[in-house]
Amino acid sequence: MKATANHISKVKHYAAQRSIRVTEKTLESVGRLKTAMTDIANFFLFVSATFKAMFSRDFEFREFMRQCYVIGNRTLPLISVTGIIMGLVLTIQSRPVLIKFGAVSMLPSMVAISLIREMGPMVTSLICAGKIGSGIGAELGSMKVTEQIDAMEVSSTHPMRFLVVTRVLACIFMIPLLILYADALGIFGSWVGVNIKGDVNIVLFFSQAFSSVEFIDFIPAFIKSFFFGAVIGFVGSYKGYNAGKGTESVGRAANSSVVIASLILIIVDMVAVQITDMIPS
Amino acid sequence: MTSQGTISKKQDTKTANEEVVTIRDLKISFGEQQVLNDFNMELHNGENLAILGKSGSGKSVLIKCMVRLLKADAGMIHILGKDVNALKSRELDELRQKIGFLFQSGALYDSMTVRQNIEFPLRRVKKGIKDKDINDKVMEVLENVGLTEAIDKMPSELSGGMRKRISLARTIAVDPSIMLYDEPTTGLDPVTSKEISLLINDIQEKYKTSSIIITHDMECVRYTANRIIMLKDGAVFMNGPLEQFEQSDDPVIKSFFDSARQTIK
Ligand SMILES: Nc1ncnc2c1ncn2[C@@H]1O[C@H](COP(=O)(O)OP(=O)(O)OP(=O)(O)O)[C@@H](O)[C@H]1O
Ligand SMILES: [Mg+2]
Repeated sequence: MKATANHISKVKHYAAQRSIRVTEKTLESVGRLKTAMTDIANFFLFVSATFKAMFSRDFEFREFMRQCYVIGNRTLPLISVTGIIMGLVLTIQSRPVLIKFGAVSMLPSMVAISLIREMGPMVTSLICAGKIGSGIGAELGSMKVTEQIDAMEVSSTHPMRFLVVTRVLACIFMIPLLILYADALGIFGSWVGVNIKGDVNIVLFFSQAFSSVEFIDFIPAFIKSFFFGAVIGFVGSYKGYNAGKGTESVGRAANSSVVIASLILIIVDMVAVQITDMIPS
Repeated sequence: MTSQGTISKKQDTKTANEEVVTIRDLKISFGEQQVLNDFNMELHNGENLAILGKSGSGKSVLIKCMVRLLKADAGMIHILGKDVNALKSRELDELRQKIGFLFQSGALYDSMTVRQNIEFPLRRVKKGIKDKDINDKVMEVLENVGLTEAIDKMPSELSGGMRKRISLARTIAVDPSIMLYDEPTTGLDPVTSKEISLLINDIQEKYKTSSIIITHDMECVRYTANRIIMLKDGAVFMNGPLEQFEQSDDPVIKSFFDSARQTIK
C-alpha cells in the first residue's frame, strides 16, 4: 500500500528527529492501525451515504419486502429451535439453585426477565449475524466482484438504494420481530422444562412469567434490538459492497461480516446495558 | 420503437463529424503503476472506433473513466458536451443514461430472470413508463439479439454467448446514444463472435449510436471499426483506419496483427 508506506516513512522521520528507536515491527503495527482507522472512517461514510439514499423519493418497496421475506425464511427454523432450547436449559439449570434459596416460585418471572432483557436479543442477533450478515456479505460481495454493482451504477439505477437501503431496513425491521418471537418461544421452552418435573398449566405459567416483567425490562431491550438489526445490516452491506477483486474476496467479505458484526453487537449490548442501568426504576 | 424512445433520440441527434467524446491528457494511476499517461482521443458522431492494446494496457480503465466508475487523476473528458469530472450526481445520472456500457463479464444480475434484467434499468430510468411499453421494449431488444426464447431463463442457465447478447439487449433497451463495448467477442467461438460483430453494426444502424469497441479480435475489428486506436504504455500509439494498421511496418503493430491472425487460424 502506497499510503501506508508514505506514513511509515513519516513516522521514521519523526522518530529519527527525536532519537527514538523504532523497530520494523512497531512500524508494521502503526501501518495496520492506520488501515483499521481508515476502514472505520469508510464505514461511517458508508452509513451516512445509506441514510442519504434512504430519504430519496424512490423507495424500492418490493425489494424491501423480498428481503424481509428472505430474512424470515432463512432464520425462522434456527431461531425456533434455539429459542425453545434457550428457555428449557435456563429453567433446568436455575431450578436447583432457586429451590435451595426457597424461591422456586420466582422461576417463571426470572426466566422471562433474563430472556427478554438479555438472552433473547443477544442469542437471536448473534444467530442472525451468522445467517443474515454473512448472506448479505456474500451476495453483495459476489455482485461487486462480477461487476453487477458497477453495472447498476453506470445505468444510473442507484445500487445503494436498491441493494443497501432495502437490506439494512429489512434487518432493522425484521430482527426485533425475530427477537420477540425468540423471547416467546423461550418462555414456552421454560414451561416445557418445568413440566418435565411437575404439571403446570401453560396459561398460568405465562401469566406468572409476565407478572413481574415491567416496562423497564422490556422497552430498553426492544430499543436495543433495532440497533442490533442496524449493525447486522450495515456491516454485512459494507463488507459486501467494498469487497475487493477476485472470488476469494467474496468469502472474506462473508466471513468478516459475521466476525465484525458479532463483535460490534457485543459492544453495543454492553453500552446498552450501561445506559439501561442508569435509568432509575 | 416506443414514442418515448424516438423523442429522446431526436434530441441527441448531432450533425455528422461532430465530436461526441473528447479526451485530453488523461492520466490515471494505481499506486505506483501509471496506467494511462497523457491519453488523447476523440469519437465522432456515428463512428465505430476500435481500441486495441495488450491485456493490462488500461483499455477497461479508460472506458470506466468515461462513465466515472473510476476517477481520473488529471485530464479532461467531455462527453456529449459535458465535462464528466465536473458533473454533479444528478447530471452524472442523466449523462450515464445516454451511455450504454457493455461489461467485459456481461454483469447480468444473477438473482433476476432475463426479463427482469432488461426491465430493471428501464423501469428506473424511464420514470412513469407504462407496463405495456416496457413489455414491447423487452420483446424488441430480445428480438434484436435473437433470443426471445430465453426471456424467462435465469442468467445461470445461459451460455457465455447468450449472456453477452442478453447483456447487450439490456444495454440498448434504454436507447443510449453512445455505446462502450468491453471485449464483446472475447471467449466466444468464431461463429458467435461474427454474429455479435454483425449485431454491433445492426445496433449502430438502427439506433444511430456512436461506439467504442475494445477488442483483441481482429475479425471483430474488420467487421465493425471505421477507425482504430492502438493503446500502448498509457498513450495512443497509432490512430487511423484499418488499412493504415495493416500496411504499417512498425514491429509492435505487426506483431499484434500477426499473432491475432494466427490465433484466428
Ligand atoms: N481498481 C483497480 N485497482 C488497481 N489496479 C487496477 C484497477 N483496475 C485496473 N487496474 C490495473 O490497471 C491495469 C489496466 O487494467 P485494465 O483492466 O484496464 O486492462 P485491459 O487493457 O482492459 O486488459 P484486458 O484486455 O485483459 O481486459 C492493470 O494492470 C490492472 O492491474
Ligand atoms: Mg479489460
